[in-house]
Amino acid sequence: MTTQTAHAPASENGNGRAALPRRDPWPLLLAPVLALAALPLIADPQTWATLTIAGLAMGMMIFLMASGLTLVFGLMDVLNFGHGAFISVGAFMATVVLGKLAVWSGAPEIVPNIAALLAAIAVAALVAGLLGWLFERVIIAPVYGQHLKQILVTMGGLIVAEQLLRVFFGPDQIPLARPAAFKGAFIIGAVAIEKYRIVAVVLGLIVFAAMQAVLRGSRLGLLIRAGVENREMVESLGYRIRRIFVLVFAAGSALAGLGGAMWGLYQETVTAGMGMEMMVSIFIVIIIGGLGSVGGCFLAALLVGLTANYAGFLAPKLALGCNILLMALILLWRPQGLYAVARREG
Amino acid sequence: MPSRGAKGDMLTRVLSGDPPGDRSLTVLLLVVAAGLLLAPFILPGVRTLNVAANICVFVVLVASYDLLLGYTGIVSFAHTMFFGLGGYGVAIALTKLGPGWGAVLLGAAAALIASVVLALLIGLFSLRVKAIFFAMITLAVASAFAILASQLSWLTGGEDGLTYQVPRLLQRGFRPFGEEGIGAVITGRTIAYYVVFFAAAALFLFLLRVVNSPFGRVLLSIRENAFRAEALGYRTVIYRTVANCIAAAVATLAGALLALWLGYNGPDTTLSFNIMIDVLLMVVIGGMGTLYGAVLGATVLIVAQNYLQDLMRTLSTAAAGVPLLANLVQPDRWLLWLGILFILSVYFFPFGIVGRLRMRRRHLSP
Repeated sequence: MTTQTAHAPASENGNGRAALPRRDPWPLLLAPVLALAALPLIADPQTWATLTIAGLAMGMMIFLMASGLTLVFGLMDVLNFGHGAFISVGAFMATVVLGKLAVWSGAPEIVPNIAALLAAIAVAALVAGLLGWLFERVIIAPVYGQHLKQILVTMGGLIVAEQLLRVFFGPDQIPLARPAAFKGAFIIGAVAIEKYRIVAVVLGLIVFAAMQAVLRGSRLGLLIRAGVENREMVESLGYRIRRIFVLVFAAGSALAGLGGAMWGLYQETVTAGMGMEMMVSIFIVIIIGGLGSVGGCFLAALLVGLTANYAGFLAPKLALGCNILLMALILLWRPQGLYAVARREG
Repeated sequence: MPSRGAKGDMLTRVLSGDPPGDRSLTVLLLVVAAGLLLAPFILPGVRTLNVAANICVFVVLVASYDLLLGYTGIVSFAHTMFFGLGGYGVAIALTKLGPGWGAVLLGAAAALIASVVLALLIGLFSLRVKAIFFAMITLAVASAFAILASQLSWLTGGEDGLTYQVPRLLQRGFRPFGEEGIGAVITGRTIAYYVVFFAAAALFLFLLRVVNSPFGRVLLSIRENAFRAEALGYRTVIYRTVANCIAAAVATLAGALLALWLGYNGPDTTLSFNIMIDVLLMVVIGGMGTLYGAVLGATVLIVAQNYLQDLMRTLSTAAAGVPLLANLVQPDRWLLWLGILFILSVYFFPFGIVGRLRMRRRHLSP
């Protein structure tokens, strides 16, 4: 590992710009440009507005699921293929909680509805976070620093977790009804906007703001960001990065659980394999965003959400292919992703 | 090596100077090879012959995957995509052009070209950045391909797949030696089995040749220390990409063989992610970084898959009253147990069955 330090090409990583997203505005323009470029293709502005809102909502949820993964990778070079398991777990927890709180969830007033939704995502996040902590201890801790084994073992963990979900909840997909207040759509002019999408966007923005506040405003966030950029230096200053990492891993899993619960409510059905299906989009997002960069992850998630919805409307068969094309284009422009994190290892 | 007879020399050359290297390993491999060679005569049932043909195909598929995972140290999740390309190439050609050897060759050749081009593109694109990118990008591309294949139903038959006639020589009704046969009834299926068997053997020996060539040595050095290999003047990107292309080409041919054997090709036989997981299990359990591991891994896993589910079915009926236990041993949950086995073997037997056997010898004779 240390022999490779000098190998990282200075021109790509060392120009300072990469580590400070705020001074690099170009990627910020991508999402608006994409949205505007799609307008003439879709032709009908009302459809376009609906698709754009749907894309933003989807992007927010993907961001929730992907943010933990990108930080975990940035901090410890751990690529967790088992991340999808927490998404599924979160969604299943939402079915359990909303099943128990059916009275609140089905009530005609909005307050118990919101309470039921918050309870569902809180439990989903809590359970997924605890499982994440366990997963880190049992599955990942023995294979630190060995990429190949990490990929294999976390993939194995995903398979086992998915199968266990089927053992506990049965092999079939489970319907998951949204709380009464979030069903249906607002009609503004001729544009129909599903209420739940607004909820997803708002919730996504709140979590993003909270994450930014922690990462940029607290001492812990400072250590996390420093650890992503240079782990050894933070360690040599006397901080136990291992503990921070466990915390980040659990938090990332909790976010995945939260995102999974949201996604399950969005789809209105839950399956054990949904986490695995989402992993593809999530990988695309963290690659586009730049591994380890939360800001990049956010932008990339919006891009992927928008592309998926526009492409789903224009050429439904090529929806996933379009996201891969998007990734290819962005990597041609910036091989390390939108916001490359200065790294030790090439 | 001490001097050998002419026969030993020849055998060593066929095995590219890389013999199994442990007595019990050699015996195991010989048992498997002899079992597969004589399968139509000693195991004449339809199901067992099918298991044997599957083992042949998967030995090749797993060995080609090992070229990537075990020898070059890169993780790809797109290997079933190439496998599927081969399967669909032959299947589509036979469906559209009717049963004939020309269609088989055309389909296989078209699939081969498509695979190599695709592997080249993916490799050049993602192998230059970071090995870890490759794992993610192959996963994305492979799932896009799987979705595409299931949606282009006018070409691929969608989820139902394609059923077609194989060339007459390989059909069930073909009887070259009449109804009595020689020792056992020789049908077109027997011939088809031997086509699969010998093609698989040839591909396996080709891969053995590749990994023991100077090229293979460079791959090993990249696996051990890519930076150092680059410093010694080897363009690691090129070597990795070529390895990726070779692995893809061999996987494609394995897919073509399976399509020729089954007379059917669909997402579940060649393209699904479950097959990718099976291949991973086979490589890891057999032993990464040794092609002989592919033989043992594929054999053990396929036999286990076919008979473990039977065992689980029995257990499941026995445990029918106990709520959770009955679910745990339900036949559909066999992947759970294989997954646990997989994790344990990555931790405790990182070199698989073959590595274990070889290591034992090293301990005995230092």
